[in-house]
Amino acid sequence: MNELLGLSITQAAARLAAREISARELTLAHLDAMEAYRSLNAFITETPERALAMAEASDGRIGRGEAASLEGIPIGMKDLYCTADIPTTAGSRILAGFVPTYESTVSANLWDAGCVCLGKTNLDEFAMGSANVTSHHGHVTSPWTRAGDNAALVPGGSSGGSAAAVAARIAMAATGTDTGGSIRQPAAFTGIVGMKPTYGRCSRWGIVAFASSLDQAGPMTRTVADAALMLQAMAGFDSKDMTSADHEVPDWSGLLKADVRGLRIGIPKEYRVDAMPEEIERLWQRGAEWLRAAGAELVEVSLPHTRYALPTYYIIAPAEASSNLARYDGMRFGLREEAEDLTRTYMRSRAEGFGAEVQRRVLIGTYVLSAGYYDAYYVKAQKVRRRIAEDFSAVFERVDALLTPTAPSAPFRIGEKMDDPVAMYLNDVFTVPSSLAGLPGISVPAGLDGQGLPLGLQVLGRAWDEQTVLDVALALEEAAGFATLPYGLGEAP
Amino acid sequence: MALDPSTVARIAELARIDVPEGERSRLALELSHILGWIEQLGEVDTDDVEPLRSVMAIERPWRPDVADDGERREDVLANAPKTHDGCFVVPRVIE
Repeated sequence: MNELLGLSITQAAARLAAREISARELTLAHLDAMEAYRSLNAFITETPERALAMAEASDGRIGRGEAASLEGIPIGMKDLYCTADIPTTAGSRILAGFVPTYESTVSANLWDAGCVCLGKTNLDEFAMGSANVTSHHGHVTSPWTRAGDNAALVPGGSSGGSAAAVAARIAMAATGTDTGGSIRQPAAFTGIVGMKPTYGRCSRWGIVAFASSLDQAGPMTRTVADAALMLQAMAGFDSKDMTSADHEVPDWSGLLKADVRGLRIGIPKEYRVDAMPEEIERLWQRGAEWLRAAGAELVEVSLPHTRYALPTYYIIAPAEASSNLARYDGMRFGLREEAEDLTRTYMRSRAEGFGAEVQRRVLIGTYVLSAGYYDAYYVKAQKVRRRIAEDFSAVFERVDALLTPTAPSAPFRIGEKMDDPVAMYLNDVFTVPSSLAGLPGISVPAGLDGQGLPLGLQVLGRAWDEQTVLDVALALEEAAGFATLPYGLGEAP
Repeated sequence: MALDPSTVARIAELARIDVPEGERSRLALELSHILGWIEQLGEVDTDDVEPLRSVMAIERPWRPDVADDGERREDVLANAPKTHDGCFVVPRVIE
């Protein structure tokens, strides 16, 4: 492996600033890796020419002493972010051939910060999935395999292409979006760091909408320090998104410290779920011990409505999705399948354009919003959602952060958990509750299971307190010393 | 709550998705399974609980009511399946 591919953003930025390497060199190394690992299917659209042009522009700015915070850093952009003049598909057939004429706010922020665009990363269709197996552009394969077994594993989802690209050292970082765990769960599955900030921290403008009261953008990186640096570039108020908050973006990166002395960390007892492998339970305990050894106080806490979070989510998210996806009617953009009249044209276009999981969720959403069921399902779910948010508010009066596993299982084989949608939904049991409450969370790679696969620990914090979340994550990262590469990555390219 | 194939057909019509007759029974089973799982929410006491519509108390900012964007006809039409003379072309809407 080219040694440039092993660098963190922080390390690469230092070497770029010292002119030991050029942005062009760094980008070329990653473009080679992109080609070598094309079989992972991490990218839907590769943009090598744009990447080189952007890298050369970065070299120019570095030469003139005008480097921005992420100058010359090659990243992958989840194909849910609209990118001007680059196809944006949301992993759906209905957007095949769609080329935005505008740029999402968050991607524009990253280009302004000097990032180099390697391409658009694969994802579950409309970000609906936990294994990256629902994309119209094919499933993504994780760069990880079980020790002594070559069976292809899922990278998690929905930001599975981003996760695979960062884990396989194709991209130094990538963007994700997280509605119920779509950044944190794939980060855990691929041994990288993934962070969802507080709802309202990043603008949703120009990000293809799934469930608007839940969707948030966030960074996927290989270190906690890189996550702080990248989130800082992504976040900020945007007058084009009424739910983006007019709060100053703190200097998370500058203030980042692994000091957890005096912090109270809660262990929510309801996160001990049935059938969770013992090694995840053990890793969770080890994480608590690391933090205790570093000077934090560990407290058992209760979030009594935890078990209702997933069913609540699977009313609210599909309801919002059915409304958001109503725009795909084949008239102004996207796939149109002509039929005998207007209604049949809508119906044929949407039947041909949406895959099975998206159709399922749109149908569920339509049902729970329909006359006679609205109160029983949708309003009921909104009420339970308040109960879940209140659980967190009560606990955060007593503790500064929570420590949980990120996912209830290790990565599984492509094709597993496909027969039963509910079994797939259970992947997000630990990430969905905080999403419903809009709280910041991060997944940190913390160890390997018995088969040599990465497992993540999740840190959750108070609204707008990303700093504590990052600090606790850094303490975990230092204690865990996770340095294992996906198997086989040492050989090519 | 178990859905039958005719209910699936009605929801599909509302959602404007063409679900062929042959797939309605399978979908009825799948959706019933999901809805059955969701129904455990009935156990939660939500009397006197206000529905949560937005997680953050975000103040709605005010701005002057002036257009600050527009004149983008080409951009708006750029991805249309069919256009004519600067307009979208759509199937007949009014009989």
